[in-house]
Amino acid sequence: MANIPAELRYTKDHEWAKQEGGRIRVGITHFAQEQLGDVVFVELPKAGARATAKKAFGVVESVKAVSDLFAPLSGEVVEVNDALAKAPETVNGDPYGKGWMIVIAPSAPREWDGLLTASQYEEFLAQSGP
Amino acid sequence: MTALKRTPLNDAHRKAGARMVPFGGWDMPVQYTGIVEEHRAVRSAVGLFDVSHMGEFEVEGPQALAALQSLTTNDASTLALGQVQYSVLCYPEGGIVDDLTVYRLADERYMITVNASNIDKDFAWVTEPTAALKGARWRNVSEATGLIAVQGPRAEGLVARLSQDDVAGIRYYHFARGAVAGVPALISRTGYTGEDGFELYVAAGDTERLWSALLEAGRADGVAPIGLGARDTLRLEMKYALYGNDIDETTNPLEAGLGWVVKPAKGEFVGRAAIERVRAAGPRRRLVGLEMVDRSVARHGYPVLKDGRAAGVVTSGSYGPSVDRFIALAYVETPLAAVGTDLAVEIRGQARPARVVKTPFYSPKVKR
Repeated sequence: MANIPAELRYTKDHEWAKQEGGRIRVGITHFAQEQLGDVVFVELPKAGARATAKKAFGVVESVKAVSDLFAPLSGEVVEVNDALAKAPETVNGDPYGKGWMIVIAPSAPREWDGLLTASQYEEFLAQSGP
Repeated sequence: MTALKRTPLNDAHRKAGARMVPFGGWDMPVQYTGIVEEHRAVRSAVGLFDVSHMGEFEVEGPQALAALQSLTTNDASTLALGQVQYSVLCYPEGGIVDDLTVYRLADERYMITVNASNIDKDFAWVTEPTAALKGARWRNVSEATGLIAVQGPRAEGLVARLSQDDVAGIRYYHFARGAVAGVPALISRTGYTGEDGFELYVAAGDTERLWSALLEAGRADGVAPIGLGARDTLRLEMKYALYGNDIDETTNPLEAGLGWVVKPAKGEFVGRAAIERVRAAGPRRRLVGLEMVDRSVARHGYPVLKDGRAAGVVTSGSYGPSVDRFIALAYVETPLAAVGTDLAVEIRGQARPARVVKTPFYSPKVKR
């Protein structure tokens, strides 16, 4: 069944966002990594870069496909998961944990309220589903 | 849009939880458990591929050989009974209609196997010019034919266990008629992975029975069903061309590195004069193997650069699981085709360093 942690928020592009004391950790969902298949490369911005909500902040490549990563919120990228450069397959193995991608210090924290809740994301998947 | 065609194994793929994708007009499994895992299963054990979507035509009659000789680039007259030959169909201008394998079934009877997406185009191509050859009757037997590829170091053991025939005695690029798991089959020692193995041509209605029997009997061998994703990474590591990616109507066999199947000495065939002109002048570009210096995936259509200027185009690219490198095939200007040449691939606006390397990228441990 769908693996959609209740405490996270989601985008329709299959990123997740997690509140961590005012900062937002970002990754891609279990569904996204499953659709991509074996992830072989993740291109992320450098710490200090600007992220803009709904705009691409990076790229994930699997054996078959290349896909943009979209920022759930705007702000400054304050942390980047450099471990993915050497071990991109972590995104498949642990998409909500060690497979995280960036941490954003949001410039417009209210954007959080515009993200999908777990149940909304689940419904979205069901509607668009295969 | 027309409905996707289905192979006799479509239900079996769905029941096995395969992810299905449209491929050349067919509804095909791209992966079952994961491309990398499936790729490794073929290199280390044995994998089953549903390639029933491929097309098979038979040509029969006193002019059958003449028809093949006039259409294909390789010399079909050298084929013994039970032998298989890789070959190419060309346009008069030298571009490629399709690549194919030719089977000599009987003295005056041959089968050719063509790419799934090209079946209709190819059948028209082979029948129209040879329609006047009354002694060459073509039949498109694609729908009546199922095709399962069994590939990997344990393929011979698996197929041998299910057959009374001497399958171990079938040499590379040869075939025999026999039965596997009680299913009458044309057992061909060919494949598209670089590994040892077979392609089993059977009646469409028998395909599922054979598939199930191979999965069942191969359990102890670690047999796995393999999707198109791993089929692509396996063939890429071998630099086997994929029609529509690396070769098409705009590429000629010489620049594609297929000069070894072009035999002008055999006589006239469609495209011969154009290809001979290319041979005399030397191909302007060549299909080469590239290795990306950093982790980065070069994909079909990405520009190849030399010192910042356009020098070619990527035709296929991926992570190669068995070589653990990011590899690609690309057409580059002939002076840049030498192994060791430093180039770059433009990926999302950035020039990523790449180097021309020796191919195949992967050397299988097969005795042939």
